[in-house]
Amino acid sequence: MNQLISLVKKDLLIEWRQKHTLFGVLLYVGATVFAVYIMNGQPEVKVWNALFWITQLFVAVNSVAKSFLQEHPNRFRYYFTVVKPSTFLLAKMLYSMVLMLGISLISLFLFSILLGNPVIQTAVFVGVTAAGSLALSAVFTFLSAIAARAQQNAALMAILGFPLVIPVLMILSNLALSAISPVYQEGWWVMMLVLLALSILVIILGLILFPFLWQE
Amino acid sequence: MRSNWWKILCVVLLAYAIIGGLLLPVPARHILNETIRNLYFHVPMWFGMMLLFGISFYHSLMYLRKQDMNYDIKAVAFLKIGVLFSCLGMITGMEWAKYTWGEPWSNDPKQLATAICMLSYFAYLILRGGIKDEEKRAKISAVYNVFAFALMIPLLFILPRMVDSLHPGNGGNPGFNSYDLDSRMRLVFYPAVIGWFLLGYWISTLHIRINQINYKRDNTF
Repeated sequence: MNQLISLVKKDLLIEWRQKHTLFGVLLYVGATVFAVYIMNGQPEVKVWNALFWITQLFVAVNSVAKSFLQEHPNRFRYYFTVVKPSTFLLAKMLYSMVLMLGISLISLFLFSILLGNPVIQTAVFVGVTAAGSLALSAVFTFLSAIAARAQQNAALMAILGFPLVIPVLMILSNLALSAISPVYQEGWWVMMLVLLALSILVIILGLILFPFLWQE
Repeated sequence: MRSNWWKILCVVLLAYAIIGGLLLPVPARHILNETIRNLYFHVPMWFGMMLLFGISFYHSLMYLRKQDMNYDIKAVAFLKIGVLFSCLGMITGMEWAKYTWGEPWSNDPKQLATAICMLSYFAYLILRGGIKDEEKRAKISAVYNVFAFALMIPLLFILPRMVDSLHPGNGGNPGFNSYDLDSRMRLVFYPAVIGWFLLGYWISTLHIRINQINYKRDNTF
């Protein structure tokens, strides 16, 4: 537990000290939202929702990719000697969840400024965004571990991950729709539970499979 | 000869499925008409695909446990033939859908699920292509195969809740369940399923043998 906390703290500290990468990601979000705005102006509610989640997908690929890909391969050998693989993976997942949640909220803010704010129930939408960050960052953290072991870049992570997160994105956009349009959705909580269960499944699978990736 | 009985069975069953599937009488159904014969060719592709992906998943799991290269060779062979079956199933399905649903692609959950499966297994092949070291390639791709397969299973439950299906048997369409599937059709359908699956298995074993010879040749000095 102590190891977990200190690993997460280490990653966040590095993030804070190397501000250029953090601000790079923020600029990426800003530029993406601005590009979307230039292409589309202020779209109608459904399109707004779709654009928001597509942006989240690209942000996830670019920000979460750093969790494993930014570390030098030799440094993994050092971690290998000090911590258990499951602790290491959990720490990376926690770190990318925190990062992703922050960036998602910033992009929500930017979206509401530039593309209009159709959100009626803000609390629900923020909740869905948080659940989305959890699911997306869990999947992409594990895939970035695979990409890092294969000595490939973030592009490989994207092609591995896109098909796997399509169902997650479908659930997310459906969940979010009930926060932005006044339609009543049957079984909202069931879908939310499915999403959370899916995230937990990803985390458990990651914990089982990561030790195999880790050993050389 | 004794170990090859299933290959003969495969040829016999497929010959029966093709001849019987095209010539034997089928029930006349509204809209479906004679396209109902596609049941003998399109649906067995899906059964074959699922079984082949399942076998591949099993071999990937065994590779992770035993670290034996033979399991890796088998996992890849079954997966590749599974991808081939999914392509064939997609083509036969889209051709059929053009005449019955009016367009080849209409966002049916089964179409979506297959498209997602295909994308993720193509990604598997790309992943393998990018790694030079054999052991590492085997290990990483086995991990991805297990991860992807395990995530595909919930997908099959989620997708139908999200979009409506046009498939026979879903959403009030006449289907192939106990009422609608004529007993005459069963006589061809079940042998066809077994025959196509055996053909897929046969192709996979050939692929495995070629790759085992290649592996041996590359690793003897």
